[in-house]
Amino acid sequence: MRGYRSIIAVAVILALIPLVVTSNLWLNIAFTALLACLLGQGWNILGGYAGQFSFGHAVFFGTGAYVTAIVMTTTGINPWAAFVLGIGGGALVGAAIGFLVFRYGLRGSYFALVTLAFAEVFRVLANTMAITGGGSGLVVASNLRPEIFQQTSRLGAYAVAAVLVVGVLFITRALENSRTGAYFVAIRENEDAARALGVDPFGFKLRAIVLSAAITAMGGALYVQVFPYIDAPLMYGPRYSVEALLVPIIGGMGTVFGPLLGAVVLHLLAEAATMVTGDIAGLNLVLYGLVLVLMVRFLPRGLIGLFDPRVPKARLPLPRIAGRRRREAGDA
Amino acid sequence: MFSAFILVPAILNGLMTGAVYALIALGLTLIYGVLHIINFAHGALLMAAMFAAYFAHELLGFDPYLAILPVTAAFFAIGYLLQRFVITPSSHGKDENILLVTLGISIILENLALAFFQADTRTIDTPYAFEIVDLDIAFLPLPRVIAFFAALGVALALFAIMRFTDLGRAIRAVAKEKRGAELVGIDVKHIYAMTFGLGIACVAIAACLLLPNYYVNPQVGNAFVLVAFTIVVLGGMGSVTGALIGGLIIGLVESFGGLFLGESLGQIGIFLIFIIMLLFRPSGLFGQRA
Repeated sequence: MRGYRSIIAVAVILALIPLVVTSNLWLNIAFTALLACLLGQGWNILGGYAGQFSFGHAVFFGTGAYVTAIVMTTTGINPWAAFVLGIGGGALVGAAIGFLVFRYGLRGSYFALVTLAFAEVFRVLANTMAITGGGSGLVVASNLRPEIFQQTSRLGAYAVAAVLVVGVLFITRALENSRTGAYFVAIRENEDAARALGVDPFGFKLRAIVLSAAITAMGGALYVQVFPYIDAPLMYGPRYSVEALLVPIIGGMGTVFGPLLGAVVLHLLAEAATMVTGDIAGLNLVLYGLVLVLMVRFLPRGLIGLFDPRVPKARLPLPRIAGRRRREAGDA
Repeated sequence: MFSAFILVPAILNGLMTGAVYALIALGLTLIYGVLHIINFAHGALLMAAMFAAYFAHELLGFDPYLAILPVTAAFFAIGYLLQRFVITPSSHGKDENILLVTLGISIILENLALAFFQADTRTIDTPYAFEIVDLDIAFLPLPRVIAFFAALGVALALFAIMRFTDLGRAIRAVAKEKRGAELVGIDVKHIYAMTFGLGIACVAIAACLLLPNYYVNPQVGNAFVLVAFTIVVLGGMGSVTGALIGGLIIGLVESFGGLFLGESLGQIGIFLIFIIMLLFRPSGLFGQRA
């Protein structure tokens, strides 16, 4: 049960929040934070654990949303089934992209740019093809069935999102305790060394991107259930790609709770900023950019790095390390 | 299938767009070739330079071609400072961090523009905006002809700087052998920042050349940034001639993609080239290592 108790504690806190927070406005904020958390949890598997930074995670988010919406509007299928199909669609896209990209050994910045290009290709396709509704998007509201899954009340949406987030926390912890998780980290730290020790980087990176894509697609499938209108610039555009990577970077990449912490902090900050400045288009995202630059500059291990002694401290600026070495030398 | 009256203008238009693309990509490839970093804020800086030229025209009455001098100087300085005091200290020795920081910078710039100037698309009015160069077989807008030759001129000037000046020699030395350059007394940090500044200066010139018959809005950089990456990959990362030829090729691809597939699907051709090049030939068409 190593490390699962803290997840149960988080689950209890998430369950208690609706008792304190009852206004629809705040439940809505809590829901958006949890949605961002799901995206970030997905990104974290691939970026945080396996070390492959994606700049186009919207490709999975959007696919999850579009598959769910298309299946629901064309077949009138049970929304739960559509939800599962949406996740499957995202995972499939993840497998296809992962196969191509890792097969040809793209790493680092190249991997980031190629994922961004894939997201752009999907955006243009979704914007032109008939099945996705082209430029006018898709409306799924016509067959809203709240008794099954689609959430008309904000409380229901929050509850579903909270359950999913806790579920992914468990998955992430299980991954962390598993051999697969250890291989992911080995590849992140030094791919060539991992290969020399017998780890198959291609196979494990592929597994990482499929799991990552499935979780992020789950966020998209959830989005459709709550906001029944989608269009290509939003679903496949840069906004969710940025949110997916920002959230674990703020909280702490490669940690179980990093994305959750990052999502909560980011959305509280964004709300506070909106209250101060009023609703000026763009200022919210300026904050996103500023937070990104400041985190990478000063806290590359994220907020969790400040609290968790098990997470190695960020690479400190050189003079301080030199100072510590000197002190250690003096002790000896 | 198509008459020369459709094909020739498509080719000429493609080449002219391509030259400006090439200029933008030149900045990117210069930065990559020397610093080995990918500047994700390239498009956002282009947008910022276009706004600078726009306001120089609207508020101060500067002709965009005249604004090239002050705007380029200002953006050279901005690039120098960004590289030296924001980007380098954030890298912590990892390429991904540089990508993230420049992504952050681009988000900040884009949305500051959105907050201050709104999402409106703006254009400027110049007496020559609708002048036409008549070649019998094709009519070409004068500003695009000017942009074509100016872009080629700047590429040539850059080539000369790299070849014949002390700065260029120092840049090439740093790109080849960083430690060796440091040992013979070259200030590597300064050269890095100078290179970044030069790259951004290329972007500023491109912005001024684009403005007379293009539009500016906070998102305008996005249209160029992936195109510029594609050109750089196509021409080979760090290769100046490669960027020039890659730019012209991409201009043609876009022109013909638009002709055969329509505007919005035509964009896909560029993204696909980008993906296919990275997968199968990451060293570019003219890269040294296959």
